[in-house]
Amino acid sequence: MSPAHALAATPAVEVLSVEKTYPNGTQALLPVNLTVAEGEFITLLGPSGCGKSTLLKMVAGLLAPSDGRLLLWRKPVDEVESSGHRLSFVFQEATLMPWARVQANVRLPLDLAGVPRAEADARVRDALAMVGLAKFADNLPRELSGGMQMRVSIARGLVTQPTLLLMDEPFGALDEITRNRLDSDLLQLWQGKKLTVIFVTHSIHEAVYLSNRVVVMAARPGRIVEQVAIDEPYPRTADFRVSTAFSHYARQLQDCLLRASGSDVEGALA
Amino acid sequence: MSSVLPAPSKPASSAPASVPLLARPEVQRVFYPALVAIVLLGLWQGLVVYFKVPVFLVPSPLRVAQVLVSDAPLLFGALYTTLKITLFAFVTATVLGVLVAFAFVQSRAVETAFFPYAVLLQVTPVVAIAPLIIIWVKNPTASLVICATLVALFPIIANTTLGLRSINPGLQAYFRMNRASRLQTLVRLRIPSALPYFFGGLRISSGLALIGAVVAEFVAGTGGTGTGLAYQILQAGYQLNIPRMFAALVLITVTGVLLFALMAVLSKWALGSWHESEQSND
Repeated sequence: MSPAHALAATPAVEVLSVEKTYPNGTQALLPVNLTVAEGEFITLLGPSGCGKSTLLKMVAGLLAPSDGRLLLWRKPVDEVESSGHRLSFVFQEATLMPWARVQANVRLPLDLAGVPRAEADARVRDALAMVGLAKFADNLPRELSGGMQMRVSIARGLVTQPTLLLMDEPFGALDEITRNRLDSDLLQLWQGKKLTVIFVTHSIHEAVYLSNRVVVMAARPGRIVEQVAIDEPYPRTADFRVSTAFSHYARQLQDCLLRASGSDVEGALA
Repeated sequence: MSSVLPAPSKPASSAPASVPLLARPEVQRVFYPALVAIVLLGLWQGLVVYFKVPVFLVPSPLRVAQVLVSDAPLLFGALYTTLKITLFAFVTATVLGVLVAFAFVQSRAVETAFFPYAVLLQVTPVVAIAPLIIIWVKNPTASLVICATLVALFPIIANTTLGLRSINPGLQAYFRMNRASRLQTLVRLRIPSALPYFFGGLRISSGLALIGAVVAEFVAGTGGTGTGLAYQILQAGYQLNIPRMFAALVLITVTGVLLFALMAVLSKWALGSWHESEQSND
């Protein structure tokens, strides 16, 4: 069965009644509860405005919750390093430094942490090899395609050897073929490691293909409406994308999203 | 070069070599303006000779060139003085401007408190305050440098501040998430992001430093150092030595153009590999 079941004992992420209300009164996220097991790959799926990125940014400590508690390995977010765990965040855009070569971009988090140069360079080489960009270490970002830039961004996310990887619609701006490639590469990277991933997307197909579990969210106000386990073994091949099981899950998620948006309309009318 | 079609009879692989000299963009960039200059100078020469315009009204280009050679020791000595003031002022303005910009981005309070005075500095005409400075500062060279610095300072402050603030929000979040210190963020993110703006400021300020130096020399007049190009123009005006006036003018203009070109080369060298503004449109 899926790795999540084997490792389910320790929760990596615990979201306890976390909510976000902006000072102007906008409710970005109603109180939500979510537990992510160590080693699990979960996806937050929902339309724009459902608070999925907000939730992810709160897990990363980039945004403070208005209320509720957020624990990573049973510790508050800002103390996570003391538990020997590291988190990495991959943005929607590659957000690379345009003036720096690929290797310097990947080395950035190590440079900021003061890792000695020789060790940092070795880790950068490994990370670039992992994403298949070993030959492009000396290129500038502008010389790479969008998909390759995203790979650099993922290498930068992996170079710190994180135990929790947070990805905010990382492949949203790429074409479908490139996105599928990167999705399956990402699964390979994840399977080789003891890595917990929270992945934000608005693509049903991407959610089914990648995850142990899909957390379906709805908008206005942002909330979790359902959680769907994808009980399919890894490694997942390209055949999985065209299997009946796949379309079954896709159908189920689509129904969830439709029901949620339906109640949204009713809410607006009431 | 890739936009130029090779001659039809030649194979495409030898395109660079087979492109006629005049069809190359880099040759055209020099050749076309030079052609305009030759035509205009020719026209000027022709008109002056044909209408027998007196030399104290409009000297012919040839006459100006002759004076440029015959009065070379005087004029190039004056150029040296003006250039020295310009460069001193330009360097001072660059250093000061960058320091002020750093202070501005470290604290909004500092910027809010002092930015209006930077604007004040910019909008006050240098001709209006130059007499005061020349009275206050005993050393004539120093007073001229101060005037020119005041003129050249603002673009550096404004551009560098803008540049230091124009950082990619995603990268800023990334730095924050990795707990980068203020210094790390400044060195690794703000300064590289600011470079294109900074070089834009340098281009403007290099010209302004020259203008500031010349204007200040004019104001100082015979009371100043008495050796700069502006002083030569004044003197030539009193003596109705119009060819020398033109020659001095030519030297000022050429100096300005060269300074600008130097800044452009510097900018290309620093940004050429990564910034959009320095990419060739091929």
